[in-house]
Amino acid sequence: MTETESWANVNLRQVGRPLARSDAPGKAAGRTRYAGDYTMPNMLHAKVLRSPEASARLRRIDVSKARALPGVACVLTAADLPDRKASTDIPGQTGKKKLATDQQVLVKERVRYHGEPLALVAAETQTIAERAAELIDFELEPLPGVYDPFEAMKPGAPIVTAPDNVVGQHKVRKGDIAKGFAEADEIIENTFRTQFIEHAFLEPEVGLAWVDENDVINIRVATQVIEHFRPIAEAVGVPHNKVRILGALVGGGFGGKEDVTVEIYLALLAQATGRPVRLAYTREDSMFGHGKRHPFVITHRTGFTNDGRITAVKVTITADSGAYVFLSPYVLLYATVAAPGPYRVDNVHVDAVAAATNNMFTSAFRGFGAAQACVAHEAQMDEAAKALGIDRMELRRRNFLRTGDKLVTGHPIESAVWSDECMIKAWEALGERTPDAGPVKVGRGVATYQQSYGRITWLHDTSEAWVGVEVDGSVVVRSGVTDIGAGQVSALGQIAAELLGVGLDDVTIYNSDSAVTPLAGTTTATRGLYMTGNAVRLAAEAIRGRFLARAAREFGVEPGEVDLAESKAFLVDRPDTSMAFKDLVALCASEGVHRSELVMFRAPFTGQIDPETGQGRVHPDYAYGAHAVEVAVDTETGEVTVLKSVGAHDVGQAINPDAVAGQIEGGAAMGQGYALSEELCYEEGRLTTPSFSEYLIPTAMDVPRYQSIILESRSGLGPFGAKGIGEPALTPVAPAIANAVADAIGVRVFDLPITPEKIVMALRRAEAAE
Amino acid sequence: MRETETTTLEINGRTREIAAPPNQTLLETLREHGYFEVKSGCEKGDCGACAVLVDGEAVDSCLTLTGTLEGRAITTVAGLKRGEELHPLQAAFVKFGSIQCGYCTPGLIMAAQSLLNETPEPSDEDIRLALSGNLCRCTGYTKVFDAVQEAARVLREEESAS
Ligand code: FES
Ligand code: FES
Repeated sequence: MTETESWANVNLRQVGRPLARSDAPGKAAGRTRYAGDYTMPNMLHAKVLRSPEASARLRRIDVSKARALPGVACVLTAADLPDRKASTDIPGQTGKKKLATDQQVLVKERVRYHGEPLALVAAETQTIAERAAELIDFELEPLPGVYDPFEAMKPGAPIVTAPDNVVGQHKVRKGDIAKGFAEADEIIENTFRTQFIEHAFLEPEVGLAWVDENDVINIRVATQVIEHFRPIAEAVGVPHNKVRILGALVGGGFGGKEDVTVEIYLALLAQATGRPVRLAYTREDSMFGHGKRHPFVITHRTGFTNDGRITAVKVTITADSGAYVFLSPYVLLYATVAAPGPYRVDNVHVDAVAAATNNMFTSAFRGFGAAQACVAHEAQMDEAAKALGIDRMELRRRNFLRTGDKLVTGHPIESAVWSDECMIKAWEALGERTPDAGPVKVGRGVATYQQSYGRITWLHDTSEAWVGVEVDGSVVVRSGVTDIGAGQVSALGQIAAELLGVGLDDVTIYNSDSAVTPLAGTTTATRGLYMTGNAVRLAAEAIRGRFLARAAREFGVEPGEVDLAESKAFLVDRPDTSMAFKDLVALCASEGVHRSELVMFRAPFTGQIDPETGQGRVHPDYAYGAHAVEVAVDTETGEVTVLKSVGAHDVGQAINPDAVAGQIEGGAAMGQGYALSEELCYEEGRLTTPSFSEYLIPTAMDVPRYQSIILESRSGLGPFGAKGIGEPALTPVAPAIANAVADAIGVRVFDLPITPEKIVMALRRAEAAE
Repeated sequence: MRETETTTLEINGRTREIAAPPNQTLLETLREHGYFEVKSGCEKGDCGACAVLVDGEAVDSCLTLTGTLEGRAITTVAGLKRGEELHPLQAAFVKFGSIQCGYCTPGLIMAAQSLLNETPEPSDEDIRLALSGNLCRCTGYTKVFDAVQEAARVLREEESAS
C-alpha cells in the first residue's frame, strides 16, 4: 500500500482546520520577543565597518584612534583573529564532503565586494560604537574588478575565486537532442535575464552573545538555522559543543537568514571582551549583510511539433555568484533540474554555470534557482503557443508531466502531479475579463512550475523531535525548528494535537535552541513541515500507540477499537464508553508507561547524480501548481496594475489552510515585486539602492486582493500526505505576470523587472518594426 | 556626553518622566524603556514598523524626536489591550491569519487604529492608503485588509451599543 492510499482515508480533526496560529496572540499583543528585544546587564553594542570599494587591496588599517575613544571596549581587525575562515557551505549535512567555499571573516588583504567587513567594534553605547567605526583609518588600493559573469569566465579576467572564477557547474544529457530538434516543426529560442533581488524581511539581522561559566558561547540570533553552531565554532576555534544558538521567532527569512550573518562577529567580540555583546544591523547593513537572489541569464531553445508536443529542450544558464560561493552550486542545481519546467521532455540538454564576480555574493532565496528557471520556461510556453496558434493552457496540458513520469534527471515522480487541475482552477478564478479602456490594455497570464520540497537527497537530511505528555495531560513538543513566520511551530502543535486527541491550546512547543531542543535541521528548502512534521508525527504516534493499548485494556477491547479525541479516549463504535485523557495519562504515569518519545525522521538518502549526464535522484519529491493573473498596462506610461492574482497549488494536505493561504498570498506579493519593481542596482559592484526608498517592495497600494486555492492530493511525503508551500507559492508568480503583460501589449519584455521604461521601449520598438 | 532633557509623556496611559538627549528619537526612547513591541525596520521612515499613536494619530517613531512631545499621549500596540482581552483590531489580526512573522504587525495595527479613529467605516481604498507607509513582506496584505474591515465593524457595533 502506498502512502497515498493510506492517507486518503484518514479522518482528521485538528489537522486541516484554519485554527488561529499559536504564535499569533503574542504577536498581536506586542508580547512576542524577537532576537533584537533581548538585553543583558553590562551589555556592549557592536558595529561592523564595511569596505566602500568592491575590489581593492587593504594596504593599511589603523584602529588606534578608535581604541582610544572613551567607551570603546574592543576593536578587532583580521590581524587580531585566529587564522580561520568561515565555511559557507550548506549547514547540517552529513552525506557528503563539504565544498571548499570558505570566506574570510574580516578582510585580511583583498576586498572582494562592496560592504565586505573590515573591522568590528564593541562599545558601551551604539553611538560610541558608530563613532569609533568612523575613527578607524584605512587605505584601500582599488584593484581591477569584474562585474559580469560572462566577463569573469574570459581568459585574463581578474580572479575573484581561484582558479578560474567558475564556482558551480551542472549538466543534463538526456535522450538525443539533435534528433529531437530534427523532429521539431517549430523551434523557439529566447534569452531571459533576471535581476539581483533582496529578501527585504522587515526584521534586520540581529543577535546577542555572551560567554557563560562553562565557556559556552551563547548566541541569541534571528536565524533560519540553529545548526550554524558548527561553522561558528570552527570559525572561532572552539569545539562544536561550546557554541549554543538560541533562536527566537524570526521577523522574516525567505532564505536571507539561511547563511551565517552576525553570529561569528558576535562570538568573537563576546570572547574578546568577556561581556555580552549585541549587534543589530541597520537596514543598510542588512542590504550588505546577506546574500542576494542570483541574477541569471537563461537561453532556452525549445522544439515543438505542429500539434504542440515538445521534442527537445536545450537550456544554458549563467548565474552571477558574486564575490563568495555560498550556496551558488546548489541554487544552480535546482535551476538545472527545473529548467525544462513541469513538462515531459525526452531530449534534454542543460548547461549551467555560476561564476564569481566582485558583485555582492548571492545565495539562498525562496524559490532557489527554480524560480529563475520558471521565468524562462513559462515565457517559452507562451511564445510557442503564439507561434503554433495553440491555446496557452492547451499547449501546457499536452506536455504536462504525470504521476510516474520520469523527471529530467531520470528519476520517477512518485506523488500526484496536479498541474492541470491547478491551472484550470486558477484561471477560472480570474472570472470575467476586465475590458480595455483606451490606452489601458488588459492582459492575462498563467504559469505552472515544478518546485522541490526537502533537501537534496545526497545531503542525507534528518530531523529530530521530542514529544511528551505531562502528568496532567498537557503536551510538550521540543524541536530545534526555527519559525520564520510561516507558522512552522504552530503546525507542529496541530500535528501533535491531532494524534493525541487534544486541542492546540493544550500543546506547548519549545523550539530553536541548539542546547535543549533536538536538532530539526534548517527552516529552508520547504523542508520544515515535511521533515519536522514527520518527526513530530512519528513521536506522537508512538505515544498514542502506548496510550491506546493501555486504554484498550481498561475497556477490555483491542487497541484498534479505541480512539483519542476531544481530550478523551473512547470506543470507536460506542463513543459513550470513554475516559478523560488526563485520567488515562495519570494511569499511564502511575504504571510507568513511557509518556515521551524522541524520534529521528530520515529523508531518502542517495549518492550524487552523474556529473556528466545529471541522471539520478536529486530531491525527495516535488510540488506542482499554477498562478494566474490579470493585469492592466497603460501603453502610454508603461504603468502596470495587477488587477487579479490567483495561486492554486496542490499542497498534498494543508495542516492549517489559513497558514497555507497566507503563504500563497505573501508569495503573490513577493513575486509581483520580482516581476515589476524590485532590483538591487550595482554599478561596478557598488550598491546604489541600499534603502526601502530605492528598493521598492509592494505596498498596500500596489496589491489586489490575492486569491488562493488549495488542492489536496494527500500524496506528498510529509505528515498526512502534505507536500510544502513556502517556495511553490512564489515560483510561478513573476512568469505569470510577465505573460500577462505580454498578452496585454502584444510584445514581450525579456528582462526582469518589467519596468514602465522597458514597456514603453518595447512598444516603441514594435511600432518601428511595423 | 550630551546633556539630557526631561520630557513628560503619557505612555499607554501611564505618565512617565523621560530623561533623554535632545536628539533621541521616540523609537529609541520607547525601546530603551522596555517598550520592545515598537519595532525598528529602517529608522528612515520607509517601513512603518515603528509606528505608534501620538494623541491618536499614527507617526513613525523613528522620525519623531522625544523632546518635541512634551505632554503628549503615546500608545503602542501593547497599550491597545483591554485588560486581559485583545483589542478588536488585535483579535481580528489573530482570527484572519493576518500575522505571519509579525514584525510589521505592531506598526500595521497602529496605522489601522489611527485610520479607524478618523474613519469608522473605511472603504478598501481608505485602508490601502492608511497602510501604504507600512511594509509587510510576508502576507501580501490581503488578510490585513480583511482584519481591518472586521475590526471596524466590531468597533462600530461597540459604539452603537454604548
Ligand atoms: S523604522 Fe521607522 S519607518 Fe522604518
Ligand atoms: S508579517 Fe512579516 S512583515 Fe508582515
